[in-house]
Amino acid sequence: MSDATHESTAEEPDNSWRQRYWKKNVRVLVVLLTIWAVVSLGCGVLFIEPLNTIEILGFPLGLWFAQQGSVYTFVILILVYALWMDRIDDEFGVAERNEDGGRL
Amino acid sequence: MQFWTFFFLILTFGIYIYIAWRSRVKETKEFYVASQGVPTVANGAAVAADWMSAASFIGMAGMIAFLGSDGSVYIMGWTGGYVLLALLLAPYLRKWGKFTVPEFVGDRYSDTVRVVAAISAIVVSFTYVVGQMTGGGVVFARFLGLESHWAVIVAAVVIFFYAVLGGMKGITYTQVAQYIVLITAYLIPAVAVSQTIGGFPVPQVTYGTILAELDALRVEFGLDEFTQAFAGREGGMIDVFLVTASLMLGTAGLPHVIIRFYTTKTVRGARFSAFWALFFIALLYLTAPAVGAFTMLNLLRGAEGSTADDLPGWIEPWQEAGYVELNAEDGVIQSVNNDAASGADLIVSNDILVLASPEIGGLPAPIIGLMAAGGMAAALSTAAGLLLVISSAASHDIYYRMISKEKASEKTQMLVGRLAMTAAVLVAIIAGLNPPAFVAQVVAFAFGLAASTFFPILILGIFWKKANAKGAAAGMLTGLLFTSTYMIYTLEVFGTSANDHLFNISPEGIGAIGAVVNFTVTIVVSNLTKPPSQEVQEMVEEIRYPQAQKVQ
Repeated sequence: MSDATHESTAEEPDNSWRQRYWKKNVRVLVVLLTIWAVVSLGCGVLFIEPLNTIEILGFPLGLWFAQQGSVYTFVILILVYALWMDRIDDEFGVAERNEDGGRL
Repeated sequence: MQFWTFFFLILTFGIYIYIAWRSRVKETKEFYVASQGVPTVANGAAVAADWMSAASFIGMAGMIAFLGSDGSVYIMGWTGGYVLLALLLAPYLRKWGKFTVPEFVGDRYSDTVRVVAAISAIVVSFTYVVGQMTGGGVVFARFLGLESHWAVIVAAVVIFFYAVLGGMKGITYTQVAQYIVLITAYLIPAVAVSQTIGGFPVPQVTYGTILAELDALRVEFGLDEFTQAFAGREGGMIDVFLVTASLMLGTAGLPHVIIRFYTTKTVRGARFSAFWALFFIALLYLTAPAVGAFTMLNLLRGAEGSTADDLPGWIEPWQEAGYVELNAEDGVIQSVNNDAASGADLIVSNDILVLASPEIGGLPAPIIGLMAAGGMAAALSTAAGLLLVISSAASHDIYYRMISKEKASEKTQMLVGRLAMTAAVLVAIIAGLNPPAFVAQVVAFAFGLAASTFFPILILGIFWKKANAKGAAAGMLTGLLFTSTYMIYTLEVFGTSANDHLFNISPEGIGAIGAVVNFTVTIVVSNLTKPPSQEVQEMVEEIRYPQAQKVQ
């Protein structure tokens, strides 16, 4: 998705960090959403038949991805996202904090 | 058994009403977003209960039991959408932070788009409420012995009283209680059956060991193998792909789910709320296919060799309630199906499999009663959340903003909101008495509509500064028209006749294409017309950062 470039004017505070922050944010999204699509729509739908030839603990692997593996992946993806964004927020000093500096 | 059903239903209803009364509110902001003071884990559990409807609790495992491998569309679709919601929508909408989805759309685009969004929110939520009424109806029909039409009406009345009582705060804490009730009710029988049949109390693992036997039994009774991909849906891979995608996009675009992320204190809170929500949802969704497989196995094992005079005990009461049909004239059950038109010896509605699973598996009566309470908790919590969206869209977005031009008092607004809820419930009863399809399918239509209207313009509104009002209005309307036209074309609704599916695409899968249409129209029209004002572009810039400036 393209974007109008943001130019900070002279009287505004230095906002050049914003572009770098947003770029990192978008990179996180691209990485996580690629995994999301490959595991669910890939392993669970498009490649389910070849994967079904492999069997583990009674489960054809494709079926396992469609009914179990994809959901485990989704939960982990959101946790990774939340923790990863915490680190980026800290790096740029934009995390929401109370007066004592603790996380809200 | 009647005793235990009454016991659990009355006990749980008492708890919900007590919580709703304890946290009742009078102010509009409290009513809709609970003053943004709800802890993350609690909010996650509430979102999970709000999310897991009668379709998830009552319908899903039953659909999987019959559809087999292709039932996975519901599992992946309804959980996968949370990843989109958590990564692409929740944090930004929370940063922007007002009441409703139409409100965001109104600020981001224009008042016209706000009205279109408010109407879409009402239509989508309404379709979804109908599913809850039908689901609640199944519970009352079987466990309180009501005739199924009366059961729908009773379910509607209960849901109505409950939703009008509390605002978002009441609803949030009640939903936490409802989550606990529904997950307990779902897991106990699943673990028990897993231990009995698989010899190990983790259903997610043990159901693999029975798949071979289940496949063989299903073939014997005229069904496809459970593990066979693309056998349960006529459209094959294309259809499975599109239905999964539609449910994912729809999940991310459903207004009653998005609104929940406004109730967290911070942007970080919205991210972690989404995590907890999916964590709690996953507990049920990972168990559902196991419940489906085990129940089907028990059902077929019981049906094997039984005759009309010697039926398993669970069949008769469900037959009386009108959800099971017996056609075995020569006495022996040789085929089982969920479709009355198939003419199989034993016809079992998808919608009862979960509720009947303790009986089919021979579990004791209190568990059966608990199951009824769980089913009601699922239907009530979702219906309450949906009615809240309908009332906020009608009273805040349409009445307060557009009709009264922001002059209406808080009291009038609340009155309009409650009237809208009443109207919604009344129409839902009529629709619930004559539903177009099974519970889970009715709900799937709501998703198709959410996917083709909200999802694209919300994503573009956040990630593309040049998306403008004309583009969004055009995109939403074409998405809505395209999707609903195809649904009406392929289904018997409003007295129209059902036509064949085009290109193997089922009405449940059309939402994904509707979303692409919406994306395309919004982008093309936005590019051809003037970009939005500087203030709007500035607003889009601001919602990208948890803090506007560095805090040193």
